[in-house]
Amino acid sequence: MSSIEFRKDLFADERDDTLKEIGKPTIRQDILGHVTGRSPYFDDHLFDGLLHMRCVRSPHHHARIRSIDTSAADRMPGVRRVIRPEDVPNNLNTLLSLINFGKDDEALLQGKKVAYVGEPVVAIIAETERQARDAVAVVRVDYEVLPHVLDVEEALEPNAPVVSETYPNNTFDYHDLYDHQKLRFGDVDKGFAEADHIVEGRYQMSPIEQAPTETCGAIAAPETNNRFVCYTSTQALFFSLGTTAKLLNMPSSQLHFIGGTVGGGFGGKVDSLHEPLAVLGSKLTGAPVKFTFDRAEEMQVGAPRGAERWFIKDGVMNDGRIVARQFTGFFDSGAYTRLSSYAIIKGTGHLPGPYSIPNVASNVYCVYTNRTPATAMRGFGITGVDFSIECHMDKVAETVRMNPIELRILNSYRDGDMKAHRRLAKNTALIECCQVAAGKAKWPISADAAAQSSLQGGGGDRAIIPETVTDQAGRIGERRRSKIPTAPGEGATSKGRVAAGSSVAPIVAVPPQRDDMVIDPSRTGHRKAGAGPAVPPVQATPQAPPRYTPPTPAAPVQTIPSYTPPPAAPVVQPSQPAPAVQPPAPEPYQPSEPFQKGIKRPGVSRFISGTRRR
Amino acid sequence: MVKTPIRFTLNGSETALFVDGGANLLDTLRRGVGDLSPKYGCGQGTCGTCTVLIDGEPHLSCLTLAETAEGRSIETTNGLANGAELHPLQKAFMENFGAQCGYCTPGMLMAAKALLSKNPNPSREEIVEAISGNICRCTGYEPIIDAIMIAAGQLRGRVA
Repeated sequence: MSSIEFRKDLFADERDDTLKEIGKPTIRQDILGHVTGRSPYFDDHLFDGLLHMRCVRSPHHHARIRSIDTSAADRMPGVRRVIRPEDVPNNLNTLLSLINFGKDDEALLQGKKVAYVGEPVVAIIAETERQARDAVAVVRVDYEVLPHVLDVEEALEPNAPVVSETYPNNTFDYHDLYDHQKLRFGDVDKGFAEADHIVEGRYQMSPIEQAPTETCGAIAAPETNNRFVCYTSTQALFFSLGTTAKLLNMPSSQLHFIGGTVGGGFGGKVDSLHEPLAVLGSKLTGAPVKFTFDRAEEMQVGAPRGAERWFIKDGVMNDGRIVARQFTGFFDSGAYTRLSSYAIIKGTGHLPGPYSIPNVASNVYCVYTNRTPATAMRGFGITGVDFSIECHMDKVAETVRMNPIELRILNSYRDGDMKAHRRLAKNTALIECCQVAAGKAKWPISADAAAQSSLQGGGGDRAIIPETVTDQAGRIGERRRSKIPTAPGEGATSKGRVAAGSSVAPIVAVPPQRDDMVIDPSRTGHRKAGAGPAVPPVQATPQAPPRYTPPTPAAPVQTIPSYTPPPAAPVVQPSQPAPAVQPPAPEPYQPSEPFQKGIKRPGVSRFISGTRRR
Repeated sequence: MVKTPIRFTLNGSETALFVDGGANLLDTLRRGVGDLSPKYGCGQGTCGTCTVLIDGEPHLSCLTLAETAEGRSIETTNGLANGAELHPLQKAFMENFGAQCGYCTPGMLMAAKALLSKNPNPSREEIVEAISGNICRCTGYEPIIDAIMIAAGQLRGRVA
């Protein structure tokens, strides 16, 4: 008998366990409330003495705050409380800190330097919304306007304005080391050299506002048991609760969050901007406080789907087979991280789209600009690159003069294929999808294409991870090792995650085969002068971050760039103080055995990192 | 601030209250009277989710001064059902997937009711025109238009 016992005999005559729901319409369980106007959205809760909160917001893309004068607002009629940045108990957060991802970079109320138009500086609570608006209008903030940057590639220029001091290179730090998220599968340069055609494209999408009909907001009120109730429009109730507890430095047991009825969200209601301020306002005034965007704020300040720019380069054979695909992507995160760093990880796992391509490389940058911070929206991280990939597939089809649907069927992944992120493709259906789309659109496809199936033709050689270019430590990304600090300057943990190339012990492996695989410590923020424990002074001069240069078409296999040893690996031996020494220079490349394709060690998962990752 | 007494009929009931000068009808209905069925979407007359009927005509309550409601008859979605019995428009929206998040639904229902009271047999184009001031972000308009067509048929059958 299993440990879980399902007592299906109870209420047996009321049960319907057939689960045959597909193919028949089911009426929403909340529809009665919707058609009678009784569904309880956050604003549909009545409180006596409800106070209204409005924010003083930055009119500048980028400006240092010299001083904030709220004395006139204090004297305005109806004003109950003016909340200044220093009134927020723990005024620095990043959304994904709840899952330990990224550094705290965003203040609830910004008191030092605003980095986008609409960034909140002061919050004012008054008896009516109009009084709050009037009081907001008399707050004087003295700004020193700074140069701003609004384009992702301009933000990577060496002398671009620094958007956030948390990330001085205007890029998110992946694995505390890389200024981009990296994917390597096979060798794209070899693929380009073999290809009959090189097809390149640049694709750009703008930010998109989710524009829910109900604007984001929350009402918080003291309860009688030393707790605060918060009615909220959030799409992520526990996210909002955790964020509020962290920013306000209060136990989450004091927070009673009620959500679930959302007037449209589409991703724009996960940022938890309203709940912390509403609860703080309620705590400071002892009264119920409503804080909500008006429509103009929803459009200007509410976080959109971020802009993305993609450069795609394909190597294609005359018969339409894509043998190599290379991406360079720039995500416009806006002024703060929110969810963009995560979107890129998600997007990188999706590359190169639903196709089996033997050589794939991608570098994706999460770039900070002085635009509205970006966040979630329906498939974010995937939608933009899919748009780019599918536009590019049409371009490839034109180049090789092929039916675009047949081209997709030819390159489609099939069950059992190895994807570039090293998981086997399962339950694939792109071929069937293309066949149905062709039929519905009356788009003729060949009998051969119509006979293909996702269930056949996959696996075998297509399941093998190809020989993959590596960095000087023989890695393409992070790896796990015992007794190594999790990040430069941090203490040792028994099982830390260590980024590629940062181990004290020199790993004798192949030298970096591509110059973009060389880890340049000056490109990551924490290694700038004074920021890291083991930075050699000579390396303190920041170098230019890499700028995208269109690759030369059909480049033959590159010569190995001369390798200069990295500066001191910023890893401190657990038992020793940090010596600022140069690490031993890696030995010249002397492979113990030549690279071979398709080596499989018996009994070892191919997902385990070896010195040469396969 | 000067408060003004106003009196109007809300869904058939006599209602009287004091309002601030410049208060709009939406806030007055929601916070003053406690009828939460009209919703705030934009506050500037573009989304239609605050639509109510004043003397049978659809009006955007966020742009209507509360004082102008003096002596008028106001209808909201709250009064659409006859007790426990739903209005045919409500039933049609339920059964034909005319709502997802439901936030635009009260405004849609009011706009549809105003149309059907004047034109019991509207064409699809006339329905599109009638709800053209109401923005929906999730359902899409087709199921809403279908629901209004079906409700119109049922209402005609009821009269005949």
